[in-house]
Amino acid sequence: MAVNAAPRPRRGGGIRRGEARAGWLFIAPAVFITAVFLVIPIALALWVSMSDWNGFQSPLNPRVNFVGLENYAAITVEDGLDQRNFGTAVRNNLYYVLLVVPLQTIISLLLAIQVNRAALRGRGFFRTAFYFPSVTSTVAIVVVFQFLFTASGAVNAAIGALGIRGPDWFNDSTGLVHGALSAFGIDSPSPALAEPGFLGISGWEWLAGPSVAMTSLIILAIFTTSGTFMLLFLAALQSIGSEIDEATLMDGAGPFRKFFSVTVPMLRPTLFTVLTLGLIGSWQVFDQIYVIGGGSAGGTISTPAFLAYRSSFVDLQWGQGAAIAFILFVFIILLTLVQRWVLKERTPRKRNRVAATEKIAANDSTSGGLR
Amino acid sequence: MRTSQWSALGLAGALAVTLTACSAGSEGGGGDGGAVEEGLELTMLIGSSGDAETSAVQAAADAWGGETGNTVEVIAANDLVQQLGQGFSGNNPPDIFYMPWDQFQTYAAQGFIEPYASELENSGDFLPALAEQFSYDGEFYCAPKDFSTLGLQINLDAWEAAGLTDADIPTDWDQLASVAQTLTTGEQVGLSMGREYARVGVFMNQAGGTLVDGDSIAADSEENQAGLAYLQELIEAGSLKFPQELEAGWGGEAFGLGKAAMVIEGPWINGAMKNDFPERRFVSVELPAGPAGPSTYAFSNCWGMPVGSETKDATMDLIEFLTSDEQQLAFAEAFGVIPSTESGAAAYAEQFPDNSAFVAGVEYAESPVAFQGAAAAFADFNTQLESIGSAEPASLLGTLQGNLEAAYDEVNG
Repeated sequence: MAVNAAPRPRRGGGIRRGEARAGWLFIAPAVFITAVFLVIPIALALWVSMSDWNGFQSPLNPRVNFVGLENYAAITVEDGLDQRNFGTAVRNNLYYVLLVVPLQTIISLLLAIQVNRAALRGRGFFRTAFYFPSVTSTVAIVVVFQFLFTASGAVNAAIGALGIRGPDWFNDSTGLVHGALSAFGIDSPSPALAEPGFLGISGWEWLAGPSVAMTSLIILAIFTTSGTFMLLFLAALQSIGSEIDEATLMDGAGPFRKFFSVTVPMLRPTLFTVLTLGLIGSWQVFDQIYVIGGGSAGGTISTPAFLAYRSSFVDLQWGQGAAIAFILFVFIILLTLVQRWVLKERTPRKRNRVAATEKIAANDSTSGGLR
Repeated sequence: MRTSQWSALGLAGALAVTLTACSAGSEGGGGDGGAVEEGLELTMLIGSSGDAETSAVQAAADAWGGETGNTVEVIAANDLVQQLGQGFSGNNPPDIFYMPWDQFQTYAAQGFIEPYASELENSGDFLPALAEQFSYDGEFYCAPKDFSTLGLQINLDAWEAAGLTDADIPTDWDQLASVAQTLTTGEQVGLSMGREYARVGVFMNQAGGTLVDGDSIAADSEENQAGLAYLQELIEAGSLKFPQELEAGWGGEAFGLGKAAMVIEGPWINGAMKNDFPERRFVSVELPAGPAGPSTYAFSNCWGMPVGSETKDATMDLIEFLTSDEQQLAFAEAFGVIPSTESGAAAYAEQFPDNSAFVAGVEYAESPVAFQGAAAAFADFNTQLESIGSAEPASLLGTLQGNLEAAYDEVNG
């Protein structure tokens, strides 16, 4: 990657002779490190995903055969356990992403705005408190959550005081949508929805919603990550000058108008960063699942990242594990591109009325380091 | 042109370095020398049940090392299967390791482990059922380390409080159901066991079922369904709950906490009770027989050795030492496992009469089904079992049947 990024100097004689060689010499350590830790491992993983390597000795030893797209087919199009496991994992993770990404973005933005208020007493305390979960190890938080969310844990005791009988959170595999439907007396799917559908999962199962166990993990994820993103938003908020506040005040904007028409547009580059990082992070969720045990709660907390690990290390299906990882990789890139396109600054062509604030936001975002 | 040559050279160099690192050191193999070499440093990877086991194994390894002039480093794995997989894929497996029963067939089929067992001096001493469990394709691969069978543990305090006597110890399904019902009170459930194939499967076997019948899979047979249906009756009666529903990590914990009056576990429960719940008074009895007679599972790990090991002779000597009756009885004392040799098991039954029920189970014990690829099918089955309270046995077993058939066909062409 560093190879491509390096500017190609114009060739020629004279005083600039030998510059190219010197340039290559200078970036050689970076090229070497990138190659050894990035390019070659990725190339090897791609090879493994198309081979029948069983995890014994080198993936390049002569007994390993090229099997083409067989590993990819086993998890995507061939009926069977591998396909269903993958389908379930994708379903679980999809609901996880759909809930975690918007919620953590909104919550971290609101937190940032609160701790950014000049009038708030003990700002330092709140900033530290909100950021604290982010610097704590996920494993430690998961263990604490396991105690909080057991059937007789603190959470159930608290909602028990309200007269609600809490579920056995981390072991409950009921999907939220299924649960809601059964409240209306709908407990089983129509015949059409019961048929195995995309990735071997029936429509009824696709619509199950996140299980109670997954919901606990979603709460956990929001709890741990919103502090990090709060910090990003806070930095961006502090770079909004007070003269803009004054200008909006003079223009007669109330707090809501100011928030939606000034603050949020000016935070667009940060918003892009937070959404992108959140999207990538939540499609790769692994450590929580590993600590709890991906097979528990009726398989409703397994994710593709966890499945890639299990196929490789436990079932010795390294090809399938690598194939899952590659599908995830391509999927994340596609989603990020889509998201980038959605959040792209569109200059209004037909309308001449361009609000001054939008202009500033546009300038800000084009000069942002991310683009 | 010059720059691209340079970059090509750089990339090729880096590639060469990595590739050599990947493929180095695959040669070698044990020479057939007479005496054991000296000065070797062996690594041993074990999946330990706790400090007692780790220190007992380390002590035994040190004793052997002292005799032969070698050193053995014992590493207790956090996650044995993962660390083994990592060791093999990194081309740096441990010299000797615990090979779990459920992974053995897969490892043997993939050619990871050395079939050394028939060359051992004490090769013929092992219990035949165990020797069979660790054979692949007719070849005896690795020496069984020890073994355990499942028994029924009874909490004596609860038993006496319910007015039950020795005469009430259940010997068949009906009696089990009735005492489980008697023992069920507000805070305590009559019976508990892990919600997994390795416990539930016993009841399918007791009903006369089997998963692999000759060359075909028979998971969805009526007998297997009857086994599950019996458990469902207990669940409906409220006398069987699984550890998850009792907020316990496993059956032994539910038993120790007094949330279950009876559990189905193996001899490892002795160590667990001694460490965590020393005040718990209990006995272990043989599992009650089902309609088709008695049945239990035998679990065993074997001493695995990577294929083509450079330290084969020394490792085999170590394994002979570790599987000797004397050493196995020392392990039995330290952490409750049963020796894997016929004479050792007999001595064990005499020495530890409390555990005679586990030894008695050897007569009719079966090994859990574990052919290559079956592990994933059972992982799925264990997940499906979460709905055992409400699902039809036929549908649970139908899924298992399909998955096992697919795995079986893949292995056998």
